[in-house]
Amino acid sequence: MVDTLVVPLLKIIILLNAVLVAVTYMVLLERKVIAWVQSRLGPMRVGPYGALQPIADAIKLMTKEDITPTRADRWVFTASPIIVMVPALIVFAVIPFGPEVELFGRSVPLYITDVNVGLLYIVSIASLGVYGIILAGWASNSKYPLLSSLRASAQLISYEVAVTMTLVSMVLMAGTLSMVGIVESQREAGLWFAFVQPVAFVIFFIGGLAETNRAPFDLPEAEQELTGGFHTEYSGMRFALFFLAEYANMIVISCVAVTLFMGGWLRPFPSVEALGFLDLVPSWIWFLFKTFVFLYVFLWIRATLPRYRYDQLMHIGWKVLIPIAIGNVVVTGIAKVLL
Amino acid sequence: MLEITPAHYMVLSSALFMIGVIGVMVRRNIIIIFMSIELMLNAVNLNLAAFSQQWQHVTGQVFAIFVIAVAAAEAAVGLGIILAFYRNKETVNIDEMNVMRW
Amino acid sequence: MGEAVIFYVLSALILGFAVLVISTRNTVHSVLFLVMNFLLVAMLYVLVGAEFLAVIQVLVYAGGIVVLYLFVVMLVNLKRPPEVHQDPRRQARLGLAVAGAVLAELVAIIVYSSASPAAPAVAAAGQTVEGGNVEQIGWLLYTDYLIPFEVASILLLVAMVGAIVLAKREL
Repeated sequence: MVDTLVVPLLKIIILLNAVLVAVTYMVLLERKVIAWVQSRLGPMRVGPYGALQPIADAIKLMTKEDITPTRADRWVFTASPIIVMVPALIVFAVIPFGPEVELFGRSVPLYITDVNVGLLYIVSIASLGVYGIILAGWASNSKYPLLSSLRASAQLISYEVAVTMTLVSMVLMAGTLSMVGIVESQREAGLWFAFVQPVAFVIFFIGGLAETNRAPFDLPEAEQELTGGFHTEYSGMRFALFFLAEYANMIVISCVAVTLFMGGWLRPFPSVEALGFLDLVPSWIWFLFKTFVFLYVFLWIRATLPRYRYDQLMHIGWKVLIPIAIGNVVVTGIAKVLL
Repeated sequence: MLEITPAHYMVLSSALFMIGVIGVMVRRNIIIIFMSIELMLNAVNLNLAAFSQQWQHVTGQVFAIFVIAVAAAEAAVGLGIILAFYRNKETVNIDEMNVMRW
Repeated sequence: MGEAVIFYVLSALILGFAVLVISTRNTVHSVLFLVMNFLLVAMLYVLVGAEFLAVIQVLVYAGGIVVLYLFVVMLVNLKRPPEVHQDPRRQARLGLAVAGAVLAELVAIIVYSSASPAAPAVAAAGQTVEGGNVEQIGWLLYTDYLIPFEVASILLLVAMVGAIVLAKREL
């Protein structure tokens, strides 16, 4: 009873709250990092060094007037922020933050569940997020959101192909679809897969930037062309849900990248005995640290690179990334057979 | 009633199939008719999965995967035809699709 | 007990959403109900122990095919309601009657067959493969069903080319 119901329920509650807090602080981190890159200070007024800014933002967004345009499709307009948010949160069910650990006298795995189709589960649930974007643009009954949502969905669908192809080569490497199994196979190989599959790693990262609509692929919310993107007509908490989902998706992409390519909860160079003292740091801290590094790179790229043009975006997706990813799958398969 | 047997799944899937048939027969919007066909394919898949569980063998699931692959091909070509038709006649009503050429 | 509750709740929702798909006026709402229907069917697949099929259902149907439908519904931006014109020769009542008759027939078959002794629920000897659901399906797909698998991939390629030819205004 305790092991089958109470512990998983507790884990779900803790994880959801942790993700939501992390997401709100990602917003602050983004403003701070971009400010530092541009030699500014960023938010400084609320709390020491602006540390309470997310709370102020949350209060502001919750108390704002919630507007539904008259000509909007009311039901779809209300549902689409939820449709965007839910897949971003339920993906966390299969992400392994650590192995089984001893906690209060019982062995507790640091993941909610380990299913034998874990990686496919993530891909399939992530592919549902596109509905919220299309429907938000359509339900607003306004030109710019519709254009933006068509752009966003075309972008998501195009880059999904390349990302899924890199995942195929990673499954070939690991021989399993289970997220825990993938980390375990990296422990057995004694090497992070990023060193074995650098091409897949780079393609996955670029695809991840595009999947989360981040700079330099943030065309769906290009202010200069589309006023605000598919959420132009939204306000208050519904608007906030779109942003929370975007940041939650960033965290998901980072977690998946860490699990697949950076050895999950394993310490650096897991096979080198001389670095054994690194095991003193708990495994989940390694995981969170690597995820944080990824998130920082996301922000760093946003502060550094200008936005691509739409035709350049499609060119990169279809004519560069997908052929390279397919070639990588073929090479990986041949290497797996020969070696 | 409390034990779920393949017969339960068969009743569910025949009901789902019938809803699809009614959709095809009654609606005149060709997109809805296409969606009704998808409903029917789903009903078939449900049966295959239930039989696969009854026989403890995954052949049924393999067949269901083939059905999904064919459904994907059907949707791509079918929706292409709908778009081509719409471009010519500005309608998706099948009752107006009654000429061989125009 | 738990399985029965889940089954009945899911079945009721599946049938309810299916009825909404074919009865809603607004085509976009209809597509949304179709997605809900597919997701619930995926949950039933999990219930019968077909995890891989469930994930493929969400990935291909809900994440791929229905997005295509949604795109087409938006591109087909109708200036007049689609169901105004009705062919006088159309017999919707007859369609309903035929569907009802087939349903009655199917139910009769099921009732009849469940009255007779049930088929033995045993594994076919020498056919089972070790490993989880994914391994079993992969094994069958790449041994016994290799040629159908390749034919299916050719079919998808042909469909892709066909869709592009149809959708492009001029080549």
